[in-house]
Amino acid sequence: MPRFLWVPAGIAFALIALPVVGLVLRTDLTRLPELLLSRASLSALRLSLVTAAVSTLLCIALGGPLAVVLARGRLPGMQFLRSVVLLPLVLPPVVGGLALLYLVGRTGLVGQGLELAFGITVPFTTGAVVLAQTFVALPFLVVSLEGALRTAGQRYESVAATLGASPWLAFRRVTVPLVLPGLLSGAVLAFARCLGEFGATIAFAGSLEGTTRTLPLLVYLARESDVDAAVALSLLLVVVAVVVIAVARPRAVLS
Amino acid sequence: MPQFRIADAVRPVAETPRRNPVKVRLLAVGAAVLVLAGCGGSATGSAPAEPGPGARTLTVFAASSLTDVFTELEARFEAAEPGVDVVLNYGASSDLAQQLVNGGPADVFASASTATMTTVVDAGLLDGEPTVFARNRLEIVTAPGNPEGITGFADLARPDLQVVVCAPQVPCGAAVEKIETATGITLAPVSEEPDVRSTLGRVTTGNADAGLVYVTDVASAGGAVEGIAFPEADQAVTDYPIAVLASAPQAELARAWTALVTGADGRAVLADAGFVGAP
Repeated sequence: MPRFLWVPAGIAFALIALPVVGLVLRTDLTRLPELLLSRASLSALRLSLVTAAVSTLLCIALGGPLAVVLARGRLPGMQFLRSVVLLPLVLPPVVGGLALLYLVGRTGLVGQGLELAFGITVPFTTGAVVLAQTFVALPFLVVSLEGALRTAGQRYESVAATLGASPWLAFRRVTVPLVLPGLLSGAVLAFARCLGEFGATIAFAGSLEGTTRTLPLLVYLARESDVDAAVALSLLLVVVAVVVIAVARPRAVLS
Repeated sequence: MPQFRIADAVRPVAETPRRNPVKVRLLAVGAAVLVLAGCGGSATGSAPAEPGPGARTLTVFAASSLTDVFTELEARFEAAEPGVDVVLNYGASSDLAQQLVNGGPADVFASASTATMTTVVDAGLLDGEPTVFARNRLEIVTAPGNPEGITGFADLARPDLQVVVCAPQVPCGAAVEKIETATGITLAPVSEEPDVRSTLGRVTTGNADAGLVYVTDVASAGGAVEGIAFPEADQAVTDYPIAVLASAPQAELARAWTALVTGADGRAVLADAGFVGAP
């Protein structure tokens, strides 16, 4: 490794780490326990963890097959499909939330049908939070998994096929174990993205304690009246994120 | 990864390597960004005129709900004071107060609640005392034609209605809490929005049946919504204070702006927007 890389690398690390240090220094540690153990923050933490977990599972169940199709499928216009999948990465989250609202809101294209046929209204529900988070996190899972699938190549599946394995058996016993690390790191990224999601959630799902008010929404609200509380809650979010990454990420990379 | 010759043999379609696709793509992206940046630069077109001698800038931090009023007053102020450019920074009062406390540069602060102004007072940032220049009250907002037949505050507690309010942490939500306490009626909103504009948006987009916003928001929404006044709103009238900052680079202009807002011209424009007169 050329030695001069240390300089920009150091600057990059400082850019990420120093703001978090600032956050820690700004936190009023004496008030920390009461701020973190308040009913509002506990309910937001629970909602955040539950919705992020459900959204991540949805990302795996739906995004996993999509990644396989993008990596292995041979359709004309695959390049275009891939660009569309990346849209939530470049859309401002608030715009994503508004887009969801115009689709499944009460006056939306699909939303009107849902209300007429089943009496279901999606906005302002916990389901809306999951939908918003899945929307923004899907590309993370799809992109990392597609990369893993391309790196793995199709040689092993081809060999399995010559040995008489059905496509499903080859997929289950060869492809999935091969790309498991990629799937895991994609899932961690998606989970972390869900945990931090703010814009799409507030635009689409609204904000109500216990139903739709996740931790980032509570932070945003707390800063209106009590900046110390907002800082403490941000710190809680940082800690949760660090724990998630520490538990899952190295294993996913090294295995 | 070891290379299996047999695998190469059975590979259905050879993946032909392309000419360093990553590099090509990076170059393309870079070029696109530069082109877009160029477009953006030229699209803004009307670059600000070179400031002549004596050109001065007055920076005003103002609550979002003052947008229409202050934009109109800006035109009058600039007409009366040649060579002055008024820069208006609108936002949630609490955000603006935090910016000021953390050293944000401003000459004047106009806020939508006494509580946020107190934050700035306590930080010792003001020159003199704040003046209340306007007051605002809540109104029920519904779709045009009031399809749910809402007649008063008590109706908002109906279980069949999807009602949105502001969160108690922001001035418009604090007002809702006051009214709930005064009337003994507790609402069960489907969402507590972070600011009054979001609350209004829920009703204009048809996602909520009713909401509680300021009279001035109903007025600014034009015919997109219908406002229903209710007597209990008098229990929670919001004061709008304005003040000059001690660190104001343009203290003289700042006082002139404050005089305009609190004077006859300001009162007329505020009244047109639906604000209740200052006490």
